[in-house]
Amino acid sequence: MPDNTPSQIDELPADIAVPRDNGELQFAQPWEARAFGMAVLLNENGSYPWKHFSERLAETIHTAESHGDESAYYERWLNALESLAIENGLVSRDELTQRAIEQAHQHNHDHDHDHDHDH
Amino acid sequence: MSDTHHHTHSSADAEIRAKALESLLIEKGLISTDLIDEVVRQYEEDIGPLNGARVVARAWTDPDYREWLLRDGTQAIADMGYHGREGSKIVVLENTASVHNLVVCTLCSCYPWPVLGLPPNWYKSYAYRARAVREPRKVLSEFGLILSEDIEVRVWDSNSEVRYLVLPEQPAGTETLSSEQLIALVSRDSMIGVAHANGPV
Repeated sequence: MPDNTPSQIDELPADIAVPRDNGELQFAQPWEARAFGMAVLLNENGSYPWKHFSERLAETIHTAESHGDESAYYERWLNALESLAIENGLVSRDELTQRAIEQAHQHNHDHDHDHDHDH
Repeated sequence: MSDTHHHTHSSADAEIRAKALESLLIEKGLISTDLIDEVVRQYEEDIGPLNGARVVARAWTDPDYREWLLRDGTQAIADMGYHGREGSKIVVLENTASVHNLVVCTLCSCYPWPVLGLPPNWYKSYAYRARAVREPRKVLSEFGLILSEDIEVRVWDSNSEVRYLVLPEQPAGTETLSSEQLIALVSRDSMIGVAHANGPV
């Protein structure tokens, strides 16, 4: 573990309060919630023990931090989930890549469409 | 050079990859959109620190339950209807006049979900994970919790098999309060060990 710990703890949010029913907003964006839900469900349906996901997440976080990678928590979560899903044969890397390309295409198409008025 | 290790880390990229994974898993019949919605809803609405606060308030008012909770946290918590979806053990740590317990997960973000919901963002931060073990008193002081030197601070590192829940001390002067009033005193942070339970209002 690197020793030059940033003193970011000064930025700890001051939300030390009586808990609301669910404390605080968990997910910054909808896809983060989807990635969370997928990991939980795949554990519940027996695709992997939680321990395996938890260990993969820890490895992913460690790798990112030791490379000074600034990726956000749920990006690491998603990386761990993808690699475990591939390793356990739930999906292949090729089909995941192919599907992502299709999704990106769709995404760009939607995006272009949104901006039609501007051009 | 390796294309497979190239990540742009843009949020749009992650969003697309998450959608790609979800659509493939649905096609293969492994998950469904409705099930994902339901899990997310449960963690956003039903499962949160209030569960832990109920456990703590019961332990404060019922000595037999307290003894059970400290001996077998997993079972005593299950008795309240809170079960770990991911099947890990929960160990309850008792704060006393001479011992203060603090919980961290140095590797990632292991946390007692059934009783506290999902962890706050600071719990997942590198700073907290790295510093809680090395300089717990300083970290606690930054949360506004100054402990006298004669109180022993014990730091517990969670992992994928064991999660920890702190049983905070019952504040003085709250002996006559109702269960509902006691529950309101038990903050999430007091059950992680970065705060005391709140005093009577």
